[in-house]
This record gives sequence, C-alpha cells and structure tokens, in this order.
Amino acid sequence: MSDAGFVAATARRLTRRRLLGATALAAAAAVLATTVGALIGVDSATQTLALIDLGAVWAGPGGAHVDGGPHALAARIFWFSRLPRLLAALLVGAGLAAAGCAFQAILRNPLAEPFTLGISSGSALAAVIAIRLGLDATALGGSAIGLAALAGAGLTIVVVWRLGRVGDGMPAATMLLAGITISMFCSAGSLLVQYTADFGEIARMIRWMMGGLDWIAYPRLGQAAGPMLIGLAVMLALARAMNALSAGPDAAASVGVDSARVTLVAFVAASLLVGVGIALAGPIGFVGLIVPHALRAVLGPDHRLLMPASMFAGGTLLVLCDTLARLILAPDQLPVGVVTALLGGPFFLLILVREKSRGRIWG
Amino acid sequence: MSTPAQSEASAAAEPPVRLDQVEFGYGPKSTLTALSVAIEPAKLTCVVGANGAGKSTLLKLMAGLLAPRQGTVRCFGRDPRRGKRRQLARKLSYLPQQYALAFPFTVAEVVLMGRYALRGPGLLGLERGDDLDAATAAMERCRVAHLADRRFDTVSGGEQRRALLAQAFCQRAEVILLDEPTAALDPAHAIAVFEALVSERDQRGACAVAVTHDLNLAARFADRVLLLDGARLSADGPPAEVLASPAAAEAFSVAMHVGTLPGSQTRFVVPA
Repeated sequence: MSDAGFVAATARRLTRRRLLGATALAAAAAVLATTVGALIGVDSATQTLALIDLGAVWAGPGGAHVDGGPHALAARIFWFSRLPRLLAALLVGAGLAAAGCAFQAILRNPLAEPFTLGISSGSALAAVIAIRLGLDATALGGSAIGLAALAGAGLTIVVVWRLGRVGDGMPAATMLLAGITISMFCSAGSLLVQYTADFGEIARMIRWMMGGLDWIAYPRLGQAAGPMLIGLAVMLALARAMNALSAGPDAAASVGVDSARVTLVAFVAASLLVGVGIALAGPIGFVGLIVPHALRAVLGPDHRLLMPASMFAGGTLLVLCDTLARLILAPDQLPVGVVTALLGGPFFLLILVREKSRGRIWG
Repeated sequence: MSTPAQSEASAAAEPPVRLDQVEFGYGPKSTLTALSVAIEPAKLTCVVGANGAGKSTLLKLMAGLLAPRQGTVRCFGRDPRRGKRRQLARKLSYLPQQYALAFPFTVAEVVLMGRYALRGPGLLGLERGDDLDAATAAMERCRVAHLADRRFDTVSGGEQRRALLAQAFCQRAEVILLDEPTAALDPAHAIAVFEALVSERDQRGACAVAVTHDLNLAARFADRVLLLDGARLSADGPPAEVLASPAAAEAFSVAMHVGTLPGSQTRFVVPA
C-alpha cells in the first residue's frame, strides 16, 4: 500500500456513507421518539403508563370522526392532540438546534445561542407586552402573541447585529456582550410590564415564558412549517462554508467563501428559525446550546454532518422532553421549557466533565 | 465592443496581480501610499521591510481582503473585491499570519478546506476522490501526512504552518500569497517551505508572494524582492541588488552585505 493510499484510508473524514448512515440513524431516532411519544400516555383510571390501542391509530385520522366509542377518542388523542404537538416539537427542536449550531459557527464561539444573543428575551418582552395590551383576547387569539414574539425576535436581532458589528467584522465578544445586555434590558422590561399587569395577565405571561407545546393544532403548525423548512434548508446549504468560517472570515475568503454574505444569510436564517420557533412554542432554552455541543463531541466539527444531525437530535430531544412534560405530573402537564432547562443543565455539565477528562476541551 | 475571445486574450495578458497608485490606511495615517507594482507570473516574490512597514497590508490588498482608499487593485484584470469569492479562490489563495480554528478540526480536514472553490455549490459538497488525492499529495509534500488525523490545534506551530501550506497547494491557485509562512519554523522546515514554493513555480507556473522577515531565505530563493519602507515601495528588483542597496540600509537601519556561500550558488545576507 502506498503512503498516499494509507493517508486517505485512515484520515477521519466525512464519507458519503458516514454522512448518510449517521443522518439516517438520527432521523430514525426522531421518528421512533415521535411515534412512541404520541402513543404513550397515563391511564387516568390506573395511574400507570399506557399505550394507545394501535388498532385505533391504524384507522388513520379519519377514525377520529367515526361515531363515539373508545376507538374514536383514542384516534382523536393520537392524531389531533399528541401528533401535532410532537410534530411541532420536532420542528422547533430542529430549528433551535440548527440555529444554535449556526450561531456558534459564524460567531466562532461555543456560547452563542438564542438566549445569549438576547433573541429569546427580546421576543418574550414583545409577547408580554402583547398580553398586557390584551391582544390575545382579540380576533387573532393566541397567534397574536406568536406574531408579537416573532416581531420582538426580529427587532432584537437587528439591534444586536448593528450593535455587535465592528466595521466589516463581527467579533463574538462584542456580539455576545451586546446580546447579553439586550437580554438583561428586555428581562427588566418584562418585569416592569408584569408589575403593571393584573393577576390573570401575569399568569398568562409566566405560562408563556415557560414555553409549551400543548395548545398547538395543525393550522398553526402549518403556518410555521414553511418558513422553518426554508430556514433548515438554508442551514444545510451553508454547512460547508461554515466549516471554512471557523478559521475566521479572512481565511474562509481565501478558500472561496463570501464570508460577509454567508454570515449574513446564516444569521438571518438562524433568526428566522428561532423567531418562528418562539412564536410557536414560547422561549425554550438549552436545546440550541447543548445539542450542537453534544454532537460535536461525538461526530466531530464538520458542519455537513453536524448540521443535519443537530436538526434531528434537537427535534428528538424536544419530543422526549415534551413527552416527559406530559407524563411526569399527569394528568397535569409541565411546561416543556422547564423540562429542557432541568435536563439540559446537568447533561451539558456531564459532557463538559467527560470531555475535560479526555483532554478534548476546545474554546 | 469586445468579443468574449478578445477579452479572454486581454485577461491572459494581465499580470496575476497589479496595484496602481494604491493608497491605504487603517486610520488617518497612510499605511501605504502611491504604491504601484505588478506581480509577474511564475516568479517567487518576497516582500521585506521593518515591522509596521505595511507588508501584511499589501498582501491583504492583493487578496481583496482590504479595499484601497485610492488607486486600483487587479487580479488577472479583475477587481478582487467584486464578483464571487469562489471564482477568485480558483486563481488566488492567501495564507494569513494568524490562523485560529474555533472548532477541533483535524489537519486533514483543514487541508481539505482548500478544495472549497473547486467543488460545485452542491448541497453538502462532500469531497471526492480527486480532492482526497490532491490533499494527500499536498500533505506528503509539506510533510504533514503523518499528522492527518491529529487535531489541528494540538500540533506544533511549525506543523500548523506546513498544514496550511498544504491547504494552499491543494487549492491549486496560480497566485499564492503567504504572510510569514516560515515564522514558526526551524531552518530545515523553513527551507523546505521555500523549496516547495520554487517547485510550484517550476512545475505549475504558479507565482508566490511571500512576506518574510528572513532575509536569508529571501536572498536565497526569491526571484524578486519588494522592499517596503515609510509606506512606500522603496526598492524592487533581484534580491542581491535590493538587499545590498542603500534603501535596504535605510529601511532596516543597518547596511546589509549579500554574499554567496563558497562552492555553491546559495546567497546569504549579514548585517555589515
């Protein structure tokens, strides 16, 4: 065997087989988690875990409309209650993980994610103001808060982008500093608005800020799916450029990446994913931070694998968290954002400790 | 009106890089003024000068990473700051002085990044056989093949420089701009870098522009030396002439003696 063949054979690199294999595995996990998550529930009579009768599910969504009986109820729960919220969880989780991955790549900083960039707090402030103004009681209903959250996210991103840029460059430290400052300011603003609100409004505000998927039905899911799928596709298309960008804009430009354009497009796409995700499910933390980190430790830093894997893993994680949120206190439901935060923190620390012990910490 | 064939011919006659009356400064003070120079094809050019003379700035202007305040920069007749970076990267590569990765890529992965511009804009742009062959050959030449699987940030500074050179080689651009390519290298590896640039010149007709503080390497390997001093191009010509010139004595605040080693063609420089 020649030396040349030896190098190509041993070098850890992304082959088509490895990419497709790992992505298919992640996709299978997402499908499995969604299916099981939609089937499992707590039997109200026995207080034990129970699966929905597969016969009822097998009849399809149409089964829900057949006249009464246990099958119709089971089909309705599976197809019209649990499935839409889990599909939303898949979409939101994928979007948050992809956005976190992209923010980390373009800012070249492992701390960059929707929360540290102020996007979550900005959208929360807008949502709180919308609730205070009673917009959720108007004809638009709950989607008024979603639209306000989306607008808040967009506005915050523009402000952070303009504050954080220095000339042509976008130093991560300045960007994160701007993001955290905006985040603190918006949190203070939210508190002020809450202080002026009555108890009913405060309850709705706090509930919204915890993040939840339990009121999602197909129409809202459909509205969010279009922009989110576009955002995800953009992320995949930019994955290779993100690899080059991890050496900085000049080094990336010298191998042929239009650094400024790629950075802008990735930033806008990531903001879209986060904004629409928050509009759909409220601010859900940690997914954007832990998923890319955990996968990078396992799969390596190549964004062509990391990006699609993050999407599926982020979706799976949120599906699992939402299912847990539904089961832990059944028949009551926990907000999914509380579960992601409670699980996410220790999980992240675990990875940190493990990687440190292997001498593989970066930053 | 010029036909595509004519414009193609005039583009071919254009030098790889040409600067015309370029003026640039980071603040009110000029870092470079009234600088006109044309880089010739198939030549190894070294840029020398004292610290802060504007050598790195000159290279960044050539690479289209900075915009001149006045004057024009052309790469094969084209403004390097307009049009697609991918197209420029097929003609011109640039090795920055500082190279820090945010994520733990391996040496092989960093080298393969040099193939970015040579792949179509496919969805994920996975490397193919020819990319791997080119990267492997480049790593062999730059003596980093044994490091292929090591994390880039865990190899030594000299090994990183050589890996980046391999990245530039497998990019196969006609113009290679290098900012202090031998800064962290021991003498044997520094010589190997310049020998590799010479062989790129001889085998592919590539031209290299290297900023260097090592006047001995410039004297020994360069076809042409550009001396920057006081924001200007103060001397330009064959290494022996430029380095022994009064302009060099002025620029470095010490006169230089250029000699030839006995029994060989190898030139050397010592402060006189």
